[in-house]
Amino acid sequence: MTISKEAFETQVLAILGPLHGVARRLTNNEADAEDLVAESITRAWQARASLADAGAFRAWVFRILNNTFISERRKTLARPREELLVDESGDEEGAFSIFERLHQPFLLWFANPEQEFLDKLLREDLDRALAALPEHYRVVVVLADVEGLTYGEIAEALDVPVGTVRSRLARGRNALQRTLWTVARDHGLQMSRAAGTRG
Amino acid sequence: MSETDDVGCEQALKRLVEFVDHELPDSEHDSVEQHLRICRNCCSRMEFESRLKERLSALSTEDVSPTARDRIRNLIKKF
Repeated sequence: MTISKEAFETQVLAILGPLHGVARRLTNNEADAEDLVAESITRAWQARASLADAGAFRAWVFRILNNTFISERRKTLARPREELLVDESGDEEGAFSIFERLHQPFLLWFANPEQEFLDKLLREDLDRALAALPEHYRVVVVLADVEGLTYGEIAEALDVPVGTVRSRLARGRNALQRTLWTVARDHGLQMSRAAGTRG
Repeated sequence: MSETDDVGCEQALKRLVEFVDHELPDSEHDSVEQHLRICRNCCSRMEFESRLKERLSALSTEDVSPTARDRIRNLIKKF
């Protein structure tokens, strides 16, 4: 059965915050984000007959949002399609873990440098690190970690297999931790941590 | 579960991200959880990954400006 206008409005308004949040992180711009959400909702209404399972509304709308973003950007950039395809072949920088950098197993039980590191990070540091991620990783990390979608929902939203979600998420989180480490170094957090744990 | 059933650090770490994401099948989730109870190092790592995920989750905004919300309401009215 096709979704009614009232049910459509209720469901859209229930996820408007996360939709705007993801749109903002895709466009890096408030006005563009609002336009992207409006255009996506228009397309969703037009395509409402394709919503097979009312329980999958959130993933279905995120999929339309992502596709709308890609098609709108393609128009703006006027690039051939091939350039917009995801190329992950050069993204392997090796595993990076803040935990492994900071954890000291022989410290007293109350000393916890890795947790202190996280506590000292500012919201702006996290925003900046997310913005610095390549787009195909940023969208997966935002959907999984910021908006809390399941792997299955992300696969549906991005139209990729769950295995691709797992690998992009692993690489995206890796890149995020690497960036956070750099941000922390710029703020002098690592040095204060070292000074605090060696004394 | 006996000690010999322990999955060990290597297997636990391999599944840690999916454990934190609640994406493991129940039996594997239980195996990792069992290991975390007896291994302080893996448990610390799990706590770190969970805390980072919590910090990111806190960036999610339920609030949308009244103007943006009205724009969407008006848009849907016209459908």
